[in-house]
Amino acid sequence: MNTDFEPVIGLEVHVQLNTKTKIFCGCSTKFGLLPNTSICPVCLGYPGVLPVMNEEVVRSAVKVCLMMDFMINTYSRMDRKNYFYPDLPKGYQISQFDNPIGVKGKLSIDTDEGKKEIGITRIHIEEDAGKLIHGDGVSYVDFNRTGVPLLEIVSEPDIRSSKEAYLYLKKLKQILEYTKISDCNMEEGSLRCDANVSIRPKGQAQFGTKTEIKNLNSFKFVQKALDYEIERQMNVLKEGGTISQETRLFDSGTGKTKTMRSKEEAHDYHYFPEPDLLPIMVSEGMIKEATFSLPEKPDDKCARFEKQYGLPAYDASVLTADPSTADYYEECAKFCSNYKMISNWMMGEWLRELNERSVSAVDSPVLAKDLAGLLNMIENGKISGKIAKEIFPEMVKTGKTAEQIVQEKGLTVISDTGAIETMIKEVLGKNEKSVQDYKNGKKGVLGFLIGQVMKASKGKADPKKVNELMEKILS
Amino acid sequence: MSLTSKTIQELHSLYRSKKTSVQDVVEASLKRIEETNYHLNSFSHICRESALAEAKKLDAAGMPENASMMWGIPVGVKDNMCIKGLPATCGSKILKNYISPYDGAMGVCLKKAGSVVMGSCHMDEFAMGSSCENNAFVKVKNPYDLERVPGGSSGGSAAAVASSQVIVSLGSDTGGSIRQPASFCGVVGLKPTYGLVSRFGLVAFASSLDQIGPFARCVEDAAFLLQSIAGHDKKDSTSYDYTPPDYSKDLKNDIKGIKIGLPKEYFTDGIPADILTCIDKAKKVFCDLGAELVEISLPHTQYAIATYYILATAEASANLARFDGVRYGYRNKEAATLKELYIRSRSEGFGPEVKRRIITGTFVLSSGYYDAYYLKGQKVRTLVKQDFDQAFRKADVILTPTSPCTAFQFGEKIDDPISMYLSDIFTVSVNLAGLPGISLPCGTDDKKLPVGLQLIGPSLGEARLLNAAYQFEKVCPPLGIELKV
Ligand SMILES: [Zn+2]
Repeated sequence: MNTDFEPVIGLEVHVQLNTKTKIFCGCSTKFGLLPNTSICPVCLGYPGVLPVMNEEVVRSAVKVCLMMDFMINTYSRMDRKNYFYPDLPKGYQISQFDNPIGVKGKLSIDTDEGKKEIGITRIHIEEDAGKLIHGDGVSYVDFNRTGVPLLEIVSEPDIRSSKEAYLYLKKLKQILEYTKISDCNMEEGSLRCDANVSIRPKGQAQFGTKTEIKNLNSFKFVQKALDYEIERQMNVLKEGGTISQETRLFDSGTGKTKTMRSKEEAHDYHYFPEPDLLPIMVSEGMIKEATFSLPEKPDDKCARFEKQYGLPAYDASVLTADPSTADYYEECAKFCSNYKMISNWMMGEWLRELNERSVSAVDSPVLAKDLAGLLNMIENGKISGKIAKEIFPEMVKTGKTAEQIVQEKGLTVISDTGAIETMIKEVLGKNEKSVQDYKNGKKGVLGFLIGQVMKASKGKADPKKVNELMEKILS
Repeated sequence: MSLTSKTIQELHSLYRSKKTSVQDVVEASLKRIEETNYHLNSFSHICRESALAEAKKLDAAGMPENASMMWGIPVGVKDNMCIKGLPATCGSKILKNYISPYDGAMGVCLKKAGSVVMGSCHMDEFAMGSSCENNAFVKVKNPYDLERVPGGSSGGSAAAVASSQVIVSLGSDTGGSIRQPASFCGVVGLKPTYGLVSRFGLVAFASSLDQIGPFARCVEDAAFLLQSIAGHDKKDSTSYDYTPPDYSKDLKNDIKGIKIGLPKEYFTDGIPADILTCIDKAKKVFCDLGAELVEISLPHTQYAIATYYILATAEASANLARFDGVRYGYRNKEAATLKELYIRSRSEGFGPEVKRRIITGTFVLSSGYYDAYYLKGQKVRTLVKQDFDQAFRKADVILTPTSPCTAFQFGEKIDDPISMYLSDIFTVSVNLAGLPGISLPCGTDDKKLPVGLQLIGPSLGEARLLNAAYQFEKVCPPLGIELKV
């Protein structure tokens, strides 16, 4: 068989919303609490309790719908998805089945071949389950996560490579971060992903048999798992075998996927409308309000950065990758008009510091205003760029402004003509040979002599002035 | 006459004039319960200490100027109602020894009114049944004939009121579970409009049908108890955002000119002659009161039972999934695997009728069968509702028998679930349509057993319903039969 194969991929992403309370009760959604300390009869599914929809969840869902061009169902419904598992206290998950809050959304990714639109089939609201903790022959259940609100976002099978899957997830995360409805933290499980993948001969319209891969805890794993699975399926077909429809588990240790359950073992969830909740009505007023509170979309912001600040496309895309970085940039730009210099600094020194500390822009140890202050001192010739690079880590460490540090350490540029002349004369006196060489036409030594002056001034002399005066004295 | 046979109005006056203390009444109630429960098994749990403590507290604080009519009134609650610190076993082994850690809405309302909860009343397991025979522990007996069932599923609550163990009690009604036992025990039982009374704290059987309501020995007492539990509760999304009227205010209004509808589909050959005689007498009473009888049609009546058993079991199959032995309730201790834990805990914890309904409900929701059963059931439910909408254009109140039979003997129907299901024939449509219905005694059959009359009202029409019932009660002769306890 020598046919060229093409993968067909669809992704299901679960996003935990960052509402203060759970979806159907008043318990806190805070992450990292002691097990079973954020629970109540409602989220534990005690006999007689009833769910009450947290309106904030619906508002968040509507916002996400608007950000990704979903058609919002003004009338949608919660359903019961029935299955038994110890982390599911009611024996059913309250979810949405055939009436999700949004359908037919989309987002675009930047592939090497240009922009590509990925369709999103549906987005629905549901509750999270608890967490099983296994230990020494006993299993424990932590119900803190039970009832944390989730959005499930299911893409169309529009993705054609693991790289595209990665780009889709990155874009999705970016939009969710912009919308500020989730922490989007994969380690804490606030963003989770399952992948559906099949392969087919290129040019064939019909899809192949798909497998579903679960347990993908990072974007890297998604890519890895897909690469493995695509290759596996290809080998099966090349050897004349057939793909069986099944759910497979990704093992991040081995980088392989293995059968979890076959199609025959698939659950029948006995979905039916949740009788304890009224249908979700999304009013026009609600949509208007959400539209009003919507952030600028990442693509729009990127384009605006290019235009408004005259930045190269690359800079604009890095600076708008997440909303807090973009906000930080714009805050700097309020105080400093050398926009490109801000961009250079943020992508260089600033980002390095953040990465070292693994914090995001919101937790930047240096305030935007203070970074702008530092850059302005360079602009105004008060310090050199080199000094600025020494000052910045000091700002990070102490939280002081550039101005304060410069003052305390006496790092201001020496631009006093008399002082510089004295230094030049001293240097020239010590380097008579070089002076002679210069006068003999070896203009190259000028750099060396200036360097000596700068060294003598401990870098504080204004290099422009040194240059000027040196030429004057030597001539 | 003993204190526990009095009406709420009488006790209220006694309290007001300080001729009786709450403690006296509560003690009388405890005495009566403890003397008769051995014969009746109406109570599954008696709150002797907490009831006495509550009575003392009320007496010490004194009756407030604006006290609710329910102040100081001993109340029994069905065993599927969650009141903090009280067992809520639902008549099931799977919840044996289960004590509710929180107060349901009915608990909050009763406390707010100053009522005294005397204990929880036995019932059919998870409210599934029409005789209380589906109880994992005891057989509740009919106080008028100890060889016979009290009806169900709220049989304990009905028997407790009929035998004057308490003044009033609460039951729940999913397909007739208040009205049918009220009819069997010769008391008043009201199922309110779906959404009038909060279901928060009621262990769910079928969420879209369940409704809590009062049992009382007279219509006025039922009105007082309803008043204290009706109204919006933000913890129940399906509860109406509605301020209930004063239900006792218009009871005494005459009902001249009121149109009473008689659904032709209900008056068929299936009703025994002695029951029909009672109903015919009731019709005449209404005529004498100035009401006008009109024939109406509820054409989808014949589908109601099937529809009810599809929808109710579907919801029940999910509602009862939480009883899995993991967090509370019965757990098989030998199970070696998770699957075994589920299977054995549930197989041993649930009784046969509950299992039958879980299996039925799971089946009708299975992929491939969903459209044929559940979806069709929902559609028929809409048609049943529309039938009533049409009927209420012609009638103000609809009159039917409550049940096609009177209290039957133990074991008479237990092995024939279909015939048991059919005894709900006059009551289930009301639940499907979400309407209020009341059952009140209207005579006795040839065996000297109480016969119940059902009045059905339009949505939120409780005041009108109670008014008609009160007027009927005023002129209807007493049953003239004696309690066996
Ligand atoms: Zn909770």
